[in-house]
Amino acid sequence: MEINFTHHQTAHCENGVVSNLMKFNGYDVSEPLVFGIGSGLLYCYIPFLKVNHAPAITYRVMPGQIFNRFAKRVGIKIKREKFKNPAQAQLRLDENLKNDNPVGLQVGVFNLSYFPEEYRFHFNAHNLIVYGKQEDTYLISDPIMENVSTLTSKELEKVRFAKGAFAPKGHIYYPVDFPKELDLKKAIIKGIKHTCKDMLAPIPIVGVKGMRFTAKKIRKWPKKEGVKKANHYLGQIVRMQEEIGTGGGGFRYIFAAFLQEASVILENTKLYDLSNEMTVIGDTWRDFAVDASRIYKNRSAKNDAYNDIAIQLENIADMEEVFFKKLKRAIR
Amino acid sequence: MKKSDIPQDRGSDDPSNFNELYYATDTEGNYVTGKSTGWDPKKIALDNAIEEIQERAEKAKQRVLNKETSPIEYYMELNKMDIPILASYVGFWSWRVKRHLKVKVFHKLSEKKLKKYADLFEISINQLKDIEYGN
Repeated sequence: MEINFTHHQTAHCENGVVSNLMKFNGYDVSEPLVFGIGSGLLYCYIPFLKVNHAPAITYRVMPGQIFNRFAKRVGIKIKREKFKNPAQAQLRLDENLKNDNPVGLQVGVFNLSYFPEEYRFHFNAHNLIVYGKQEDTYLISDPIMENVSTLTSKELEKVRFAKGAFAPKGHIYYPVDFPKELDLKKAIIKGIKHTCKDMLAPIPIVGVKGMRFTAKKIRKWPKKEGVKKANHYLGQIVRMQEEIGTGGGGFRYIFAAFLQEASVILENTKLYDLSNEMTVIGDTWRDFAVDASRIYKNRSAKNDAYNDIAIQLENIADMEEVFFKKLKRAIR
Repeated sequence: MKKSDIPQDRGSDDPSNFNELYYATDTEGNYVTGKSTGWDPKKIALDNAIEEIQERAEKAKQRVLNKETSPIEYYMELNKMDIPILASYVGFWSWRVKRHLKVKVFHKLSEKKLKKYADLFEISINQLKDIEYGN
């Protein structure tokens, strides 16, 4: 069976699943709108949590939060289910497909056969849509891929029951209840307010404070951790910033696209100007990545090189602090 | 970033055909989407991460050959895992997996436990016991 479902490529998987499922259900909601209303933008540095042997850094909120917040703010309901038993998980998936209901799944990417090899780490918060089944093969719409793919039931079970941090446990989800019309205006304002609050949070490892905290750490890395580790840590920052799904510049461009759309919906020209400012900030993030990659490419560990990078990051933090304060005022 | 500036850095020797979606502005300053074949700074970061894993696996291999650690450590590194991830896959506590990395403990492991590891790494028990098996 195959559901009449249209695949649209997006930058990020969770936004993409939400946007594509909404489109299937007759609501034309773009990826940036999902990302903005779901308050996806964030910066967080978690020094005590190691991912691939380096401190964890994230440029977005926890997996699942974008959809949850989006749903709450526009007034749709999501059904979510996790499973202990793989057979049960497959049964529930097949039931939905039989009912012509494409569903979102949380999966691990390590065993995702169609994924580019260099991205296949033990990362368990990837999202995709299943829109059909032919004999033993599932039809997959992975929003970050250009085209649709397939997975055998065995392959799908493996990624649905990947283990480790954020283990998906067969997590299946789909929207079940829609309002007559989506109240986008209110939802956008709520989304923006939340992002401003997060980015300006008085918590040392979050938002602009988190960037300054990271800058301080970067300065210490070459001496404290040695050249090799310092380079590896720096590489992790860039990988997280530019990993598939960020649309470049650690999600800053998607957020700028969202502000542009929001300026039209809310008829607020201030948001258009702020979108331009966010674009500049995104460009600055990319400059940062270029300079950081130069350090670990040359494997040099001149202290001043690390110092320069730290100064750049502090500069971005200053820009974003000014920006989010302005944004907060613009929607009052 | 302007749409015309979206990086297209895929090398001609790169067999992958994965293009990523980017958000960028058109000549009027409006946001549109475009495709990127790759970006060098990111590629360098990814290559470094892969190299790091290969180095870790190579080091583990030497330690196995010197009988300083059990082959489980080598296969763990080869599969980009660490002890907590490995533990959750085989269903043992982390401290037990850590014990299984000791050469002496490894030699006393039951076939059942060995099979769990071998199945996870998708190798035979012979390969698990001897990392150079069949070479």
